[in-house]
Amino acid sequence: MSPDYDVIVVGAGPAGSMTAKHAAKKGARVLMIEKRQEIGASLRCAEGVNRKGLEKAGVEVDRRWVAAEIAGAKLVSPGGKVFRIDESQAGNEVGMVLERHLFDKALAADAARAGAEIWLKTAAVGVLKEGDRVIGVKAMREGEPVKLTAGCVVGADGFESQVARWAGIDTSLKTGDITTCYQYRMANLRTEPDYCEFILGSAAPGGYIWIFPKGDDTANVGIGVLASKLKKAGEVKRYLDAWIKKDERLSCGQPLEAVAGGVSVSPPVERSVMSGLMLVGDAARIIDPITGGGIANGLLSGKYAGEVLGDCAQANDYSEQALMPYDKRWRDSMENRLWRNWMAKEKFLTLSDQTLDGVIETLSTANVDKMSVHNILRAIKDRHPDLVKEFEDLI
Amino acid sequence: MIVSIEKCMHCGACVGSCPQNAIYLNEVVPEFNEDCNKCGRCVRVCPAGALRMEGKR
Repeated sequence: MSPDYDVIVVGAGPAGSMTAKHAAKKGARVLMIEKRQEIGASLRCAEGVNRKGLEKAGVEVDRRWVAAEIAGAKLVSPGGKVFRIDESQAGNEVGMVLERHLFDKALAADAARAGAEIWLKTAAVGVLKEGDRVIGVKAMREGEPVKLTAGCVVGADGFESQVARWAGIDTSLKTGDITTCYQYRMANLRTEPDYCEFILGSAAPGGYIWIFPKGDDTANVGIGVLASKLKKAGEVKRYLDAWIKKDERLSCGQPLEAVAGGVSVSPPVERSVMSGLMLVGDAARIIDPITGGGIANGLLSGKYAGEVLGDCAQANDYSEQALMPYDKRWRDSMENRLWRNWMAKEKFLTLSDQTLDGVIETLSTANVDKMSVHNILRAIKDRHPDLVKEFEDLI
Repeated sequence: MIVSIEKCMHCGACVGSCPQNAIYLNEVVPEFNEDCNKCGRCVRVCPAGALRMEGKR
């Protein structure tokens, strides 16, 4: 008996929609289910992405989902030292801050145009298995239980990563690899409208405070703190509120929206496929462990997954072996970088405020004309080789 | 586990952090199943301070 669908994608975020689009484009019968009533809302994201990440995944920029174009970045040390990276001076392609509620819908619309079916208010609650093979999902559709069979189920369920764990792939994290985040979208700010700002040090233990412009005097003002550094319930929000109160450029602002979320800052998963199952995006723990950014990697993993699933549908083979080309493609493309940035994260969270002041001060004279973790690490290697010696071969 | 409906932001940070995969986020609040071993990780991770262990303040 043939399954209800070739591919069922659980979660309609960027990685899920890219998977659905590319699989459907190659002729697979695709269903994408989303537990919420609206794709792209509610938000749990700082919305920053670089243009190269979109390009690599083949996503064409549409001004309708761009909130602000970014000229560069500012890294601010605890003592107020600033390392400014200006991209526009060097003629580089700039980064941008998105309107995720429009971006996610645009990607899902592309999946629909490619032939994918989309169900809203449909939450996966388990997977169906036959021996070691995943053969479908159990879901609640508008409160009614449904069982759906598929050649392959795609876990695109974000940080929760429950599909993987229901199927038997361990994606659980240690507290040192979880960042807890809280963010306000604010208006009436006096921050720079075209610079993304990262405030480092003990104001956000093991993480940072960000200010990502959203046009005019608005911005996403948020914080991420490493879970292993938290002692009491609700501390993350208090850290952010305390900072906003003391930063005059922010204290004049007012919130328009509050969002929260967990972010994995871990090494990549050991296993991203098993017979009848694939993991993409945040669910595969492929967020950049130093920036916490997941959009670009998520899009690319979705593209690879969809393309491989298209081939699998044509061959009607969803065995682990048939799905492995997906695992290989994303690893070839990003695994070294993820490991390097994870090691960098492990190192930087040990640095005192005083050391960070020193590092940012010496970096501020470095000539870095392109905003990337790699370029920053190269500048650090140049000036503070001791800080990166454990992973210098990856820089 | 006690969940504050007023504080919960429905973000799923507790779900993804739970080593037992014992939390399910429905449309309203997180639900805990019998696999919960009261390790308390979700209480610390919750960005909104919406969770607390029974018997604790």
